[in-house]
Parts: sequence; C-alpha cells; structure tokens
Amino acid sequence: MTAQPFTPAELSRIRADFPILSESVNGHPLVYLDSGATSQKPRSVLDAERDYYEHRNSAVHRGAHTLAAAATDEFEEARATVARFVGASADEIVWTSNATEGINLVAYALTASLSAGDEIVVTELEHHANLIPWQELAARTGATLRFIPVDDDGALVLDDLESIITERSRIVAFSHVSNMLGTVSPVSLLVARARSVGALTLLDACQSAPHLPLDLHALDVDFAVFSGHKMLAPTGIGVLYGRASALSQLPPFLTGGSMITTVTMERAEYLPPPQRFEAGTQKVSQSIALAAAVDYLGAVGMDRIAAHEHMLGARLVAGLSTIDGVRVLGPTVGASRVGLASIDVRGIHSHDFGQFLDDAGIAVRVGHHCAQPLHRRLGVTSSTRASTYLYSTEEEVDTFLTGVVDAISFFGGSR
Amino acid sequence: MSDLQSLYQELILDHSKRPHGFGLIENPSSSSHQLNPTCGDEVTLQLTVVDDRVTAISWEGHGCMISQASASLLAELVNADGFTRSELTERIDGFREMLRSRGTAEPDEDLLGDAAVLSGVSRYSARVKCAMLGWVAAEDALLKI
Repeated sequence: MTAQPFTPAELSRIRADFPILSESVNGHPLVYLDSGATSQKPRSVLDAERDYYEHRNSAVHRGAHTLAAAATDEFEEARATVARFVGASADEIVWTSNATEGINLVAYALTASLSAGDEIVVTELEHHANLIPWQELAARTGATLRFIPVDDDGALVLDDLESIITERSRIVAFSHVSNMLGTVSPVSLLVARARSVGALTLLDACQSAPHLPLDLHALDVDFAVFSGHKMLAPTGIGVLYGRASALSQLPPFLTGGSMITTVTMERAEYLPPPQRFEAGTQKVSQSIALAAAVDYLGAVGMDRIAAHEHMLGARLVAGLSTIDGVRVLGPTVGASRVGLASIDVRGIHSHDFGQFLDDAGIAVRVGHHCAQPLHRRLGVTSSTRASTYLYSTEEEVDTFLTGVVDAISFFGGSR
Repeated sequence: MSDLQSLYQELILDHSKRPHGFGLIENPSSSSHQLNPTCGDEVTLQLTVVDDRVTAISWEGHGCMISQASASLLAELVNADGFTRSELTERIDGFREMLRSRGTAEPDEDLLGDAAVLSGVSRYSARVKCAMLGWVAAEDALLKI
C-alpha cells in the first residue's frame, strides 16, 4: 500500500510538537511556508541539545573522564543514527557546518588530482553553493567547467548528455531536488553516465534529505551533502557523505587537532575518514540534535512525509495555475516535484509581493534563492517561493493562495 | 492607514508605474550603477552638472516598487529646479536619516518634497536598502564629478 498524507489528527499532533507554529505574526497566526530555506524545530530536538548540555557536556575524543566518554559515545552514536537514516555506514558520514562546507571540502580536496584538460560538470539549475566551489576548482586547476542546460521550462536537457559527461569528466555535481523549482533530478541516469566514463558524482541532497526517503548506497553516488537546519535540526551542522572508497582517497581539507595520528615539528600523519576531515573542536550538541531530528523524521515516516508534501505541492501548483498573471516556474506537468513552488507575478516584484504576504502573517522566500543563473535562464530576476514541510497544512496553502490573489489586487496587477 | 498602506501609498505606486527621469542620456557629467545583491535590484543613475549645479537626474533600473519609486522621486525632486552639490548631499543625508529612524523621524517635506512619502519604509528594516538604492547611486555619482 502506498503511503498516505497525514490525517487531520496526525497533522495536529505533529504541529503540537513545534512550539513556533503557534506564534502570531503581524496580528495573524504564522503561516510558515519557508521551510525550503530553513525548517522549524520540534521540542524533542531542542530538548536533546539542552539535555546534552545539562548532563553530559564535555570534550569528545579526548580525556578519560566519565563525561568525556559519555559525550564521545553520544557523538558517535549520532553519526551512526544519521548514517542509517540516509542508507550509509557511520564511517562514511563527515560532520560539516553545512552543505556548503561539504561541497567546498570535496572541491578543495580534489585540487591536486585535477589539471588542464579535465572537466567538471554541473547543471544549470544549481544553488550557488553547488556552482561557485566548482568554478573556483576550475580556476585553481585549469580544468573546464561544463554544465547540463535546462530548457525554457527549467527541465534538465538530457539529449546531449554523452557529449557533456565524457572521458574528460572528473566529477559530476548536481542537485537531487532543485531548491527553486522543487523538481527531482534523474539521479540514476546521471550516475550511470558518470560511472561509465569513470567520473565521480556529488549529490546536493539539501532539498531531498529532509523531504524524501533517501538511500545513498542505492543511489550509488560517490559524495552527497545536506544541511541539518533544513531537516528539523539546528544551524551549524551539515553532513558530507562519502562512499568509503571515495573518501579514503581524499586528502584532508582543513587540518589541525583531532584529525592526526603522529605529529612531529616537520610533518603529520592523518587519521582515516571520517576523522581525517574533522579538524578542531566538533559540533557536538548540533550533531546530537541532528540525530534527534532524524529520529523524529524516521518515527513519523519519510514515506508519509513525502506523500503529505506531494499532496500539498499538487494543491499549491493547481491553485496557482488558476490565478491570472501568475507564472509557476518550472515544469508543471510530467515532472516529479516536492512540496514547493516558485512563482513570477506579472508586473509585481517578489519583494513587494513578500511584503504584502508578511503583513498577513505568511512567510515565504523572495529574491533569487541563491540560483541566479536559473532565474536568468527562465527570464526573471527574482521569484516568490512557497515551500512546505511535514507540519504544513492544506489550510496554509489555501491562505497563501488567497494572499496571492489579494496581493495582485492590492498592487493593481501588470504595469 | 495600515502600515502596509502607508508603505505602498498611491504616490509610490504611481511613481513605480510611471517613473520620472527614466531613460539614460548620452554624455552625462557623472554616473553610477548600484546593485542590491540580495534581490538583484539595479539602478544606473546619471547626473547632469552645470557650473557646480546638478540640473538633472536621468536613470534606468529594475526592481521592486520601493526601489523604483524612490529613484523616480529623487529624479522629480532634483529635476524641478536643480540643486547645488551641497544641497543635494544634504537631501541624501536627510533621506538616509529618515529611513534609518525605525519609524521615529518626522518626514521633512520642505527638504525632501514628495520623497518624504517614503518615510513608511523606515518601519521595515529589510526594505531600507531598496529605498536607498537610487540615492546611493546619486551620492556615488556626486563623488565622481
């Protein structure tokens, strides 16, 4: 039986776990439709971090006292928990501050192994975090950056894939789910092509790990990154997944304490992964909180969450499609989407639009969503994005749709 | 009037839809291009200066209503009679002070003319940059003369 969206009773129990959802904004109940930017946090995640600080706070992987041992155990158990959540082994999980740091880590660590004539491949729909580190890697090494284009609707054009991912390709980096369009990339197709030419793959899973069941071993990518704060955890914690064989071949990026075996005044030897990539004091309370977050998501069920958001996304797109002057960005038919939509409203700038919605307590993202090239490709400089999560309701989607109609009437439509 | 209505007064909507001084000229005395990287709003603004007097502002740009209306209101203010460089600087400073007041400054219509209508922006700290865009361009262009 396929997973079903939440019942009203289930949804109200979920919402009760998120204290912020009962806030008022500008005299209205908060309608939080900006989870694609950052998610809200359930009490169990906030409690996990507080409980650690109140009872076990200590330095991990050093010291022999009781608290240090307890903190180390909890820190490493968190790694194992997060690994299970994404279908990986614990030693394949590297803690980072965020996904951006994970991508930069891989891009810097690959510096010595790339040279002129090599190619790096991304797509035209990437978040700046999965574009600029590769531009910089190309600049450092003389390699060439190539990209898989999108069509006028924002769908990846795969016709020329074999001429873009070639024997010269060394790494192919792409989003699992577009942060602007919510569309799901054809991972298996891209991975198969990359593997056939011996290129590494890096999956930006920032918009998939929070919203879809994720099995990184099954997806067969070499690297993947995601950010804790988009999946119920605090800011300051992210994950770099590396297939054991891929991670073991990377030199360290940041160096210093905690990542060494023997150090002399002349040189140092490094620990194996994942510690090789975790120099300095680690993000202990944040990783424990991330483990609490994935425990929460796992208990609810990622298949149920995906079904719920799919239903909300369909309601969002269907509603927006009937409003005159609204263009839903991205392919509207045939594409697999998560529960988000970005729109361009004829004659009204997204900042003005967002201001109007905020006055009604509706929080959305406005601007270019760190995806300037994709906006440019679709002929807009900015857009308004509504993004849902497991705690979002049909009523909130409808409140947003009403807000869109009201905003168009307030600003008087097209110029 | 609600905060939102005071932010988007009719005069501001009018200026954003029918901007004054819109369109660039050949051979200005000075010009400046300003970009707000968070939203991509852009203004290119030109000054025409005759004998130490700024006689005209011409500009082009795209962006939110606040940024576009604000550049238009500046052009209207200057293009009426022109200002000396110090008079224009005084108005730019006064405008900035009004916007940074977090809703406390009394709009000074003698100094700012219709541009005083943008005082409502000062209650929305995220929008101050939008309203300043054209004025920062004028300030930068003045320095380049």
